[in-house]
Amino acid sequence: MAVLEARGIVKRFGGLVAVSDASLEAHAGRITALIGPNGAGKTTLFAIVAGFLQPDGGSVKFDGRDITGMAPHRVCRLGVVRTFQIVQPFGALSVRENIAVGSHLHERSRARALHEAEKIARQVGMQAQLDKPAQGLTIAGRKRLELARALATQPRLLLLDEVMAGLTPTEVNEIVAVIRSIRDAGVTILLIEHVMQAVMSLSDDIYVLNQGRIIAHGGPREIASDAQVIEAYLGRRTAHA
Amino acid sequence: MKRLAAFSAILLFFLVLPLFIESRFWLGFWTTTLFFALLGQSWNILGGYGGQVSFGHAVFFGTGAYVSAVLQVRLGLDAWTSAAIAVAAGALVGAFIGALSFRYGLRGSYFALVTLAFAEVFRVLVNAWDFTGSGFGMLVPMKPGAANLQFADRTWFYYAILLLVFLAYAITWRVERSRFGAYLLAIRENEDAARALGINAFRIKLAAITLSGAMAAVAGVFYIQYYLFVDSHVGYGPAMSVNALLAPLIGGAGTVLGPLIGAIALGSLAELTSLWLGKQPGVNLLAFGVLLLVILRFLPNGLMGLLRGRS
Repeated sequence: MAVLEARGIVKRFGGLVAVSDASLEAHAGRITALIGPNGAGKTTLFAIVAGFLQPDGGSVKFDGRDITGMAPHRVCRLGVVRTFQIVQPFGALSVRENIAVGSHLHERSRARALHEAEKIARQVGMQAQLDKPAQGLTIAGRKRLELARALATQPRLLLLDEVMAGLTPTEVNEIVAVIRSIRDAGVTILLIEHVMQAVMSLSDDIYVLNQGRIIAHGGPREIASDAQVIEAYLGRRTAHA
Repeated sequence: MKRLAAFSAILLFFLVLPLFIESRFWLGFWTTTLFFALLGQSWNILGGYGGQVSFGHAVFFGTGAYVSAVLQVRLGLDAWTSAAIAVAAGALVGAFIGALSFRYGLRGSYFALVTLAFAEVFRVLVNAWDFTGSGFGMLVPMKPGAANLQFADRTWFYYAILLLVFLAYAITWRVERSRFGAYLLAIRENEDAARALGINAFRIKLAAITLSGAMAAVAGVFYIQYYLFVDSHVGYGPAMSVNALLAPLIGGAGTVLGPLIGAIALGSLAELTSLWLGKQPGVNLLAFGVLLLVILRFLPNGLMGLLRGRS
């Protein structure tokens, strides 16, 4: 069953067409990946789904309900939450307070939200840094914090924008395990990622975006051998070699 | 618990203070200091916690003072009713400015400029209109008595402002420990991330500026009852806007006690400069400016940052 259904999304910035007639679906309880070269329009597509940008055409449906152009906080309340590629921590707040902001979506009490934040922190392996200010975290820490905060809202669909970029191989393995456990808990995941090894091992379903268009869609094996995909990533000669 | 103890100790200090004050001068000093602590807290809720820096907080203060004065003098309403309406008016002006500027996504210096512009417009209006006393200002007749919110014994004014400060600080304390407060901080730190986590940033900021406007209007109401006079420069002039933000910035923006600490520091500094350098007008402002520069350079979290250890 498609939890998320984006149809014919178009987004222009002046003369530049960032996303052009892109459609994709994310199915319940699965991990769907959106890959593609830099500047392909992946983050723009995410921003449209999460309500941060208005599309110039097309529609976004979540659970069969039209959420096209809905304000971000309302999209989030329905159960769709995004993380940011360029991490956006609440710098002066501690890790615990950062995560609690997410928990507050369904928990009015401050004490209970802070308590729940501890549980989420354990889930993503941040329990040792609970009282650290977010601005003192390493890049890996900040990526985890993005994930933890989003998770704290108890989403049904999680949009992860390059949560592995800039991490060491060990850190990537750790976060892959975390993402898998989130999926196993029943959360549908749509992720943008450049770390191919992680994409291939995690994803049930992959979409490839190039110059604003979806050029391929399939399982990891199909995508890895798709000539168009190889060309988009490595250039024409390699593809035909 | 430690902070609650500190809070209680400070309250106790202010409660017994008049017992040790013999001169009218020092009673006046502490009364005005508490007045600035109240005005500063109103700014702090919006600017310190919410990160929406207002440069025209006089617009709320002046509305409190003017509405109360006009209702008493022109319409003959009693002081209590006038005070209640004046506070509501402050909240309303806050909601209006907030709805207008936050709806159009004004942030940072643009928001600051809009608040300043509103204060200036109000200043010009009350200055031009006979009903609001035009250039002469509004003079409330002196009629001491609790029914008129006027006290022959100045100690009562001291306790009145102490009560108001206590209430304002208790509210701020509550805000800091609520979901509303957490959302305000989140918006201050990163509005986009806040929105992504389900926060209706517009509504939270609107609530903050409404509360802030009401609190500043309370300060305005106190001012008019205490001095029985307000004109356009005092009510809506930039000096009051600067006073509103100076105390929290120096004491520590986004902390409950920051505005009080800042108000005490500023009041003491003003007295010291006039003691050392004489009473030339403007000397204390010069000293405030220097203090602000020093604080911003060495203590970005204000004097509270010093108390908490420089982390």
